[in-house]
Amino acid sequence: MQPTPMPTDSMAPDIAKAEGLPLLEIAGLKTQFFTDDGIVKAVNGVDLSIYSNRTLCVLGESGCGKSILARSILRIVDAPGRITDGSIVYRAADGRTVDLAAARHGSRELRSIRGNDIAMIFQEPMSSLGPITRIGKQITETILLHQKISKAEARETAIELLDKVGIPKPTERFEAYPFELSGGMRQRAMIAMALSCRPRLLIADEPTTALDVTTQAQILDLIDELKEELEMGVMLITHDLGVVAEVAEDVAVMYMGKVVEKSDVYSIFENPQHPYTRALLESVPRIGVTKRDRLPAIRGMVPHPLATPSGCSFRTRCDSYMPSVCDKHQPALVEHEGSQVACFLHSRETADD
Amino acid sequence: MNTNPTTTVMENDDDVAAPVLLSPLALTWRKFKRHRIAYISLYVVGLIYLMAIFGEFLTTSDIHKTSTRRAFAPPMGIHLFAPNEDGSSRFQLHAKGLKLEIDKVAMRRVFAEDEEKIIPLGFFVKGYEYKVLGLFSSNTHFFGPVNPRDTVFLMGADRLGRDIMSRIIIGTRVSMSIGLVGVIVSLFIGVTLGGISGFFGGWVDNLIQRLIEFIRSIPTIPLWMGLAAAIPLSWPPLKTYFVVTLIVSMIGWTSLAREVRGKFLSLRYEDFIIAARLDGLSNMEVIRKHMVPSFSSHIIASLTLAVPLMILAETSLSFLGVGLQPPVVSWGTLLKEAQNVRTIIEAPWLLIAPATMIVVAVLALNFLGDGLRDAADPHAH
Amino acid sequence: MMGFCLRRILYMIPTLFLVSIVTFVIIQLPPGDYLDSLAADMGESGSDNTAVIETLRQQYGLGQPMYVQYYKWMKGILLYGNFGISFEKNVLVTDLIWDRLGWTFGISILTLLFIWITALPIGIYSAVRKYSFGDYTATFFGFIGLAVPNFLLALLMMYISFKYFGQSVGGLVSPEYIGEPWTYAKFIDLLKHIWMPIVVVGTSGAAALIRIMRANLLDELYRPYVATARAKGMSEFQLLMKYPVRVALNPFISTIGWILPSLVSGEIIVAVVMNLPTTGPLLLRALLVQDMYLAGSLILIVSLLTVIGTLISDLLLAWIDPRIRYQ
Repeated sequence: MQPTPMPTDSMAPDIAKAEGLPLLEIAGLKTQFFTDDGIVKAVNGVDLSIYSNRTLCVLGESGCGKSILARSILRIVDAPGRITDGSIVYRAADGRTVDLAAARHGSRELRSIRGNDIAMIFQEPMSSLGPITRIGKQITETILLHQKISKAEARETAIELLDKVGIPKPTERFEAYPFELSGGMRQRAMIAMALSCRPRLLIADEPTTALDVTTQAQILDLIDELKEELEMGVMLITHDLGVVAEVAEDVAVMYMGKVVEKSDVYSIFENPQHPYTRALLESVPRIGVTKRDRLPAIRGMVPHPLATPSGCSFRTRCDSYMPSVCDKHQPALVEHEGSQVACFLHSRETADD
Repeated sequence: MNTNPTTTVMENDDDVAAPVLLSPLALTWRKFKRHRIAYISLYVVGLIYLMAIFGEFLTTSDIHKTSTRRAFAPPMGIHLFAPNEDGSSRFQLHAKGLKLEIDKVAMRRVFAEDEEKIIPLGFFVKGYEYKVLGLFSSNTHFFGPVNPRDTVFLMGADRLGRDIMSRIIIGTRVSMSIGLVGVIVSLFIGVTLGGISGFFGGWVDNLIQRLIEFIRSIPTIPLWMGLAAAIPLSWPPLKTYFVVTLIVSMIGWTSLAREVRGKFLSLRYEDFIIAARLDGLSNMEVIRKHMVPSFSSHIIASLTLAVPLMILAETSLSFLGVGLQPPVVSWGTLLKEAQNVRTIIEAPWLLIAPATMIVVAVLALNFLGDGLRDAADPHAH
Repeated sequence: MMGFCLRRILYMIPTLFLVSIVTFVIIQLPPGDYLDSLAADMGESGSDNTAVIETLRQQYGLGQPMYVQYYKWMKGILLYGNFGISFEKNVLVTDLIWDRLGWTFGISILTLLFIWITALPIGIYSAVRKYSFGDYTATFFGFIGLAVPNFLLALLMMYISFKYFGQSVGGLVSPEYIGEPWTYAKFIDLLKHIWMPIVVVGTSGAAALIRIMRANLLDELYRPYVATARAKGMSEFQLLMKYPVRVALNPFISTIGWILPSLVSGEIIVAVVMNLPTTGPLLLRALLVQDMYLAGSLILIVSLLTVIGTLISDLLLAWIDPRIRYQ
């Protein structure tokens, strides 16, 4: 068990608020899977903004739709899933805006953004790298795709990148196949690949879940350093509060396809508003708090995605459940004490369609 | 890491009805049914096997009854209305008799329809005596001439004047059962050796792989020809049948063994298998409870796909004259009658009728196997 | 890679040894031998030639224990390249077979190329456009190809071309060119004939490979690395060719190992039907009259060449898939 570190005070100043126009603005995004059993609303009306040089952590249990949200941004959701509503507006370096949600599948515009402006790091470094292509080739390929440089230059850049992400003997590793590397090395290679075109936005889908704790910390530090250096916006998806505390500036808590609370990392840890966020925080062991016999857990289970409860989707597990309020309408995400929260404890505003 | 809530069992006040979840088998079945051609093929295959079992009931004449006067008789059409003596016509299924004429130009005999001779046809008619399932006697036939002394050739006759259609129906038994028996033999050998090879690895694997490689690297037809040619003509048909089945099943098992081995190898280091081992399950239990269920659907699909291969193998051998020998009737021995182009041009039905049957059976089995495999495919959406 | 090659080549030796034994046992299986049938023939013609038969028997070592015969046969092959004699034709086996073996393998390899050229694109298309009209069409023709045994296809094609084009097909060249030296005209005539056995033999293999390619690719199309490639900004075609197709090619290539034997098999049976001057008719005849050295040599060499073909496909596979050569 890893104790959750609180965000350190030194981070406080630059956390205050995000400035300028967001790099990416997601509004009312809905991604649904049309399965034989019914429609799974994996992402069900999400509004989020990601800013340059800031890390947004999307926090939630498995199956809450956070990975699908990430994939929706790059438009790589596999059939039978597709975006049914909402917009994903990306603001390019020249100020031009593109609605990724409306871009045609496989269009040149979309492809020129993928890998170049927005890059993604996947969860499983083993299966996410092409199994029979050399690491180096997979990196140079991305570079050559987006930049007009020679193969030799691309090779040089790739080796530099491998070195930068902390892979020892990068020239040798350039020729290696994924199966010859350890998990941590593979994830580093993955990061090198994602960074190869100096993206403006990096999406990392649980980049450290498959790794051991030491490597985990190294990888997170690496992402954080590179964020500073490249002034990237980072969207980090995780279910690990420790990770959130370590790297996040902004936090969005997701539950069943919806953002239930959204704030800066301080407010989330100091003053959680949503019962779900509170429950999450309470279920984490803390150093110094020893008088409890048993760690509280969130009661019940996440409902089946095809059997969404009426009204607030968290009500079936909520300790503050208010009959005939919570089961009638869906709460809207509204401003409350510096955070945005969707709960009838704080506001009776509804968000029913 | 530590935020995953450990679900403590509490009173369930969850008032949301959980959706009905289908079992994996039911899911497979549903996916299978969506594959229309495969679904239809299931019924076709079923019908063909029924035909194999109750063959005699469906025949119109005894397959061994020869008639030199009817040699190479062409297929007779079924007519619906027969003329009455007064010139009016009545509904009566019938075929027209054949008469021999001499084609003066080509100097050969040809058959012509005899407008005078009407052979009334009907359902559930009396015919030659046979045994149902080898148990009890019957002489009722599903369809045929009302008068047992008439013969009708719905698909023509062969060079000895025997009814092709009846022979095809009876041939179904041998041809289809060779496929089935052959598959059972190969299933047994394939799964055993493939399983041993994949599960234990090491030198055992190496040995079995060399054996498989050896068998597979020999081109089958010459090998079978060699083996089948060694079957003495004097052997009783049943013995020949089993030896041919064994020869034919020699192909099936190697591919099955390879498949099973591949699955074992890829599963061996899967987390759930390692977990099962760490839980203290014995090798056999791990295989039985975790490995086999995870690829049994693939095996069933491969088996279904192996049946037609064996049917084709038997057909090929018998066609070459080194497999089953007449008087055993199988689709292959029937095709042997159509071995050269001259015969085929003279009597195309000798080729077309059994060939159609083979193609239909093999197609149906292939579609069925393919549908099963698609349904069992975990990646399919 | 060198080590892998060497190991694979060493593995081949016991396989070849086994092949030779099995071949020998097979040709010895039928009771009696060629001299028995010769004696029977002579007996029919009324002459008594027991003495002549006995001399022949001594000369060929027939009647000796099987292992002695095997030893003699193998010694002849390995040391002198002498495969024995054909009893029926009374000439050296080597004089009879090379020409025919050449044609058999020539046709088989051309067929293999034909299969690759057709199966690869169709298989990829079928997988990528799963359940589309094109997929169903390809699948349907694929199934027809599988369901029609090649000798049947040969018969059907010959029947059709005779009936509707009034053309007698069979052989590799028109009768007037048989035994003639090679000229341009003869070559063109060969092309006119050879496509038919190639198509006939290749259809079922192509059908099988289309299905294999489709299934393999379907297995790979939804893997995470495909999403990675897509996230890089590659076009669908690029990423398809560079990742899933390359991975799916691996089992596809290993099929050469088994498709070659089946092509040779197919060629042999089709040759019997279409009366091609290849191994098929010679082997069938040799088996039926128990001309054992001829039959045995044919099976042996055909198997040997197939084993080598399999070896080549294995090496090719290791070259394409690095995971194999590091095992």
